Amino acid sequence: MIQFRNVSKVYNKGIQALTNINLTIEKGEFIFLVGPSGAGKSTFIKLLLKEEEPTQGSIIVDDVDITKLPRRKVPHLRRNISVVFQDFRLLPNKTVYENVAFAMEVIEAPSKEIRRQVPMILGMVGLSDKAKQYPNELSGGERQRVSIARSIVNNPSILIADEPTGNLDPETAWEIMKVLRQINRRGTTLVMATHAKDIVDTMQQRVVALEKGRIVRDEHRGAYGYED
Amino acid sequence: MKIRTMGYMIKQSLISIWRNRGMSIASITSVMASLTILGVIITIVLNVNNISEMAKMQFDTIQVFLVDELDNEQINKLGQDIGEINGVRFIDYETKKEALERMKEQWGDKAYLLEVLEENTLPNSYIIHLENIEIADNVVQSLNDMEGIEEIKYHKEILETMMGIANFVRTVGLVLIVILILITMFIIANTIKITLNSRRQEINIMKYVGATNWFIRWPFLMEGIILGLMGSIISLGIVYFGYEYTFNLINSQFNMVMNVRVISVNEMMNRTLPIFIVLGTGVGALGSILSLRKYLRV
Ligand SMILES: Nc1ncnc2c1ncn2[C@@H]1O[C@H](COP(=O)(O)OP(=O)(O)O)[C@@H](O)[C@H]1O
Ligand SMILES: [Mg+2]
Repeated sequence: MIQFRNVSKVYNKGIQALTNINLTIEKGEFIFLVGPSGAGKSTFIKLLLKEEEPTQGSIIVDDVDITKLPRRKVPHLRRNISVVFQDFRLLPNKTVYENVAFAMEVIEAPSKEIRRQVPMILGMVGLSDKAKQYPNELSGGERQRVSIARSIVNNPSILIADEPTGNLDPETAWEIMKVLRQINRRGTTLVMATHAKDIVDTMQQRVVALEKGRIVRDEHRGAYGYED
Repeated sequence: MKIRTMGYMIKQSLISIWRNRGMSIASITSVMASLTILGVIITIVLNVNNISEMAKMQFDTIQVFLVDELDNEQINKLGQDIGEINGVRFIDYETKKEALERMKEQWGDKAYLLEVLEENTLPNSYIIHLENIEIADNVVQSLNDMEGIEEIKYHKEILETMMGIANFVRTVGLVLIVILILITMFIIANTIKITLNSRRQEINIMKYVGATNWFIRWPFLMEGIILGLMGSIISLGIVYFGYEYTFNLINSQFNMVMNVRVISVNEMMNRTLPIFIVLGTGVGALGSILSLRKYLRV
């Protein structure tokens, strides 16, 4: 469970990115974070990942106030909350398999487990036959699936996606949504920041709309609700 | 840390060192140069100390050369007076003949050179054995007031000169070494900075998937340590062969004249090896820590 309690974020230059956010996300939920550019979606995600600290308020993840978490414990938080970005962030000199295995290697998972887990996850995102390919040999959609595979290979309980379809054409975007939906069905909480109106409208999930750093709408089975 | 992780770290470090070989060579050379110079300084200081110690033991004496014209009575009188000076343990008389014999002995197989001397020009002398070397100054002062003395050979001055040289070399060397080590650290820090930059993306991903800070830092630290270690091993080689060469040269050419022993190659290596390894790895580790603190916020 994720809980934002009276959270505000002011950046150094006095920019008020989030104002008094109160939000509870239940375990296993799928929520869309929508709103125009600059509304504060990425800031919300950065606070959740403890990349930035809130100026005010507390953020509870699985009964732990992460704003009080010492820095040395952040790595363990990030094993539980995983993230996928718009720009994939794959290592170009590693194959698909190696990119995914990398996430397990750097947390010192046993090799046996790596050899078992990586092919399974690649199968799940439909990339079993691309395991030996390099990122530059893949389409955008495939790259994003590698990135998703990497983010879930350590079995996080929460997956965050910051505009994961932002660089993809609509058809490919839908492929990605299917994968994310499937991950969510297995019990992973999913928070997705997006601009994609038709995806939000079609998926019929909870929608939290941000505007100028405030929550202006929170609807279950919602729609995008903007005409941009 | 797991063995596999350790292997991974070392591999990453070696890959970086190879990819970034220009800077790596600069770093290694810098460590090498600093330590080699340190080696030269250590060589000089250790040997001068050694010579001083040996000289102290061998020469706690003052040799007084007598004027040639003195008759036996005058010589005896002088001997008595010297014997009464405070701090004198006992005195030996060495005739000019004995002096020549001793010289022949010292010159060993080159003694035939002395045969060509037509007349023994060496003076008679008293060899004064002191209670301790520190009292030498006072004894010499008393000797200065006496008649019939041609020259006073006074070892304390030599000892002091040698100590002076040792101190000078040590001080100048220390300053030089501190400067060189700072430069070396700066070069290593820069090398690590370049590696950090070329791995930005990887570090970024590692952070997001929850690698611990030490897991991220270790390969860079290891890179600095490996660079330092390589530099120190090379400089150890240089110091070893350089010293061995000089050692042999000194022993074959000057030993009989100077009548002193220089420190053996093995003893020299025993002294320098730990210093070099500790300094080399230390400067490497510090260099990378400097860079990590500045450029890697984890
Ligand atoms: N590191 C930062 N320093 C200063 N201002 C920032 C920083 N990151 C974001 N902002 C500002 O905060 C506001 C919210 O940005 P962001 O959270 O990225 O919005 P979104 O992801 O919804 O587009 C914007 O006005 C943006 O310029
Ligand atoms: Mg954003």
